[in-house]
Amino acid sequence: MTRQIGVIFRRELGAYFTTPIAYVFIVIFLFLSGVFTFHLGNFFLRGQADLHSFFTYHPWLYLVLIPALAMRLWAEERKSGTIELLLTQPVTLADAVLGKFLAAWAFAAIALLLTFPIWITVNYLGEPDNGVILSAYLGSLLMAGGFLAIGSCFSAITRNQVIAFVLTAVVSLAFVLAGFPLVLNFFTGWAPQVLVDTIRSFSFLSHFDAISKGVIDIRDIIYFVSLIAFWLYATVLVIELRKAD
Amino acid sequence: METKVEIHNLRKQFGPFTAVDGISFQVGRGEVLGFLGPNGAGKSTTMKMVTGFLTPTDGTAVVCGDDITRNPLAAKRHMGYLPEGAPGYADMTPTGFLRFIAEIRGFRGAERDRRVAEVMERVHLLEVAHQPIDTLSKGYKRRVGLAQAILHDPQVLILDEPTDGLDPNQKHEVRNLIREMAEEKVIILSTHILEEVDAVCNRAIIIAHGRVVADGTPGELEARSRYHNAVVLRLPEGRDAPGIEGLPDVAGVEREEDGDTGGVTLRLLPREGRPILDEVTAWLRERAIEPLELYVEQGRLDDVFRTLTTHH
Repeated sequence: MTRQIGVIFRRELGAYFTTPIAYVFIVIFLFLSGVFTFHLGNFFLRGQADLHSFFTYHPWLYLVLIPALAMRLWAEERKSGTIELLLTQPVTLADAVLGKFLAAWAFAAIALLLTFPIWITVNYLGEPDNGVILSAYLGSLLMAGGFLAIGSCFSAITRNQVIAFVLTAVVSLAFVLAGFPLVLNFFTGWAPQVLVDTIRSFSFLSHFDAISKGVIDIRDIIYFVSLIAFWLYATVLVIELRKAD
Repeated sequence: METKVEIHNLRKQFGPFTAVDGISFQVGRGEVLGFLGPNGAGKSTTMKMVTGFLTPTDGTAVVCGDDITRNPLAAKRHMGYLPEGAPGYADMTPTGFLRFIAEIRGFRGAERDRRVAEVMERVHLLEVAHQPIDTLSKGYKRRVGLAQAILHDPQVLILDEPTDGLDPNQKHEVRNLIREMAEEKVIILSTHILEEVDAVCNRAIIIAHGRVVADGTPGELEARSRYHNAVVLRLPEGRDAPGIEGLPDVAGVEREEDGDTGGVTLRLLPREGRPILDEVTAWLRERAIEPLELYVEQGRLDDVFRTLTTHH
């Protein structure tokens, strides 16, 4: 079965690079992460040898870019009818969902790796704690996986990539903002405290913040991994239910 | 005959709408089954269930001994499927696409490359091997779709409208390919082009409103037409055959005036499909009428098709 995942993974990853998507995405990703880090994040003014100002904007960057990466995953298969072709091959739906997701995730990882010049820069300028940086990269990658898994599910709902993009962005925003007073205030007062705490615990930000500060807590990792598993499972269900459309 | 595909009481419900309403039939090796029906009759839905894309609401299909609902992977390995419209990954080249299909079908390395090269030669794709599928003409796209369906040399081939939208030459080519493969495989193809059934099928099933309404050889189905054994008579200018409708086995006469030549064509419909040729020729001889043309009709599939699929 893993062989089938591999075959689908390679095709998908290859597809990113046969179209301009890959290059456009990478260029914009690198450009925006530069703008955020140096302008908004005041990388130089902070005068500290760390990548805090780089990683702190990643949730916002992903909020815009990851839905764009994920929207084609299933919506395009639906639109072009290749979904029928793919799912009548001897592959399980779970393998197909996983193979496609992993390809998108690997692509996000490539884009993330290409930010290495900033790591070189900070090492050139000072003596950062590279353990923290590595942990932050890991956290960023896990968070990208979370966004992608959400995107995978919403891409499976529709054949329209714009709708997939918007739905993914909105739901991702909810996950990012779940820890913000803006959202929590909406619930405090009428909802039980347990619910408010649960909502807070779903926030991407709180889990990502911890990892990006170098604290690798197994609970944060479990959070992202189970979030990914949940949304991929939802993707399988959505496709199963809506195959005929 | 070895039964390869058994379809048991297949049903598909979309909300309140019943798309397929209890279809059962069996197909054996060497059969080329034409699946006929008006648009929306449930042809594609049936094929999608047999190939394991859609889950049946009820019933199942057994392909070469493997049940598609219980053992989908095994059943899918026996089948090659050309979905409607022959979809393919637009950005890939035929070579890349077929390699992907070969790998997903479990072929690796040299075996994979051999299969891809063979199938590309068979359906004449070599000249466009490295162009993105997106840029190919409809005919080439269809060939890519056929190539992916036959690449693993499946025992059962399911083709959803394989010649739809092709020009006459391309149609001819696809039909030849189907005929070539017919002997050693089971082929089920859907179509709404009736001439196709005559051209390639040795069995036809007509479905309407999700049910089988006729099942037989094209000849048997044509025999159900009111035109079966009808005699067509073309008379020269100024001649007519008054009173011919009085013959005992003639049920009716359809007249067609030919504006250009001033002649008339009579189509004599037989009572209960009985042969009337002898009767008609004797009658003509008695009256010394020499027709320009005289022949017996086999029956018309489109007539049977219309009768069976509209009266419900």
